[in-house]
Amino acid sequence: MTLTLVALGLLAVGSFVLKAAGPVAAAGRQLPPRVRAVAELLPAAMLAALVVTQTLGADGGLVLDARIVGLGAAAIAVALRAPFPLVVLVGAGVTALVRLGGWG
Amino acid sequence: MSPLSRTPRDGSRRDPLLGEALALAAAVSAYGLSYGVLATAAGLSPLVATLSSVVVFAGSAQFAFVGVLAAGGSPLTGALGGVLLNLRYLAFGFAMAPHLPRGPLPRRMLDGHLMIDESVALALAGPRDQLVRRFRLAGLAVGVGWVAATALGAYGGQLLGDPRALGLDAAFPAGFLALLAPWLRSRQGRVAAVLGVGIALALTPVAPPGIPVVAAALGAVIALRVAPDREHRDPDPADDPPQETP
Repeated sequence: MTLTLVALGLLAVGSFVLKAAGPVAAAGRQLPPRVRAVAELLPAAMLAALVVTQTLGADGGLVLDARIVGLGAAAIAVALRAPFPLVVLVGAGVTALVRLGGWG
Repeated sequence: MSPLSRTPRDGSRRDPLLGEALALAAAVSAYGLSYGVLATAAGLSPLVATLSSVVVFAGSAQFAFVGVLAAGGSPLTGALGGVLLNLRYLAFGFAMAPHLPRGPLPRRMLDGHLMIDESVALALAGPRDQLVRRFRLAGLAVGVGWVAATALGAYGGQLLGDPRALGLDAAFPAGFLALLAPWLRSRQGRVAAVLGVGIALALTPVAPPGIPVVAAALGAVIALRVAPDREHRDPDPADDPPQETP
């Protein structure tokens, strides 16, 4: 248990350092133009990566399961400019229905 | 929009932020319940499990940690895996920093603690003059839900069943897709997103968890080189300078 608590402490400290480095060091500071341009575009690349890894990722590999159907339905909702909570609901609901139907 | 016009006139266009934050907080809470259950099953006491959600506050890393414990692995391996998963927050933190107020150190540290996927995505998807408010409100709403749900799961056991049966594992990519949408309106944003997807998919089968999303950041660097466009650099129409909040 002691080792577990030490490890948990390390995880907390490590996570905090990573999460807070930006705000603590650079909040309110203008980054150099090139860095700033990259920073503006980072969320596009990383959010897209989160979307696919959370839709297709499983146990260190890629699988096609019910989530892809839910994401497709959510994409249609986004294209129809549905409000955000509805998009989330559609994604989860369609995935649940597909699973209820016996796939993924 | 000038800073002075911030408080009045908001009634004309209803602020969807609360609904957005609550939708994410609800999905996160469902996972908090199962995290609480798994963490205690893996040997953490309910109190430690709950506190871990307060001090770590990074869902995927916490799941990775208790997953290693449950599989009989070393807690230090679990902590290392969790930290790797959180590497992306270093990039997110520097992307957010220019927009956050340079308040006293404890305030900046608190902003850092609220740095999670949901708060970053909600903040950057909205108007720039609302960014700080969106970031903090989303971070707090998700944080309260996450910690309360962890406690419920840890002390109360299985209350919800498998979140997967409710499709909640697809709630997150669906939400992130909605928040990604503003970037897809510019060519540069689309190129960055496509590159991010390609990098993440290519690396997922071969790299440790967490690395694919971090490496996807390269997509932004490459997109700047291959698709320079001056007009649509920013998804927000008004490229306001960062603004101190009251």
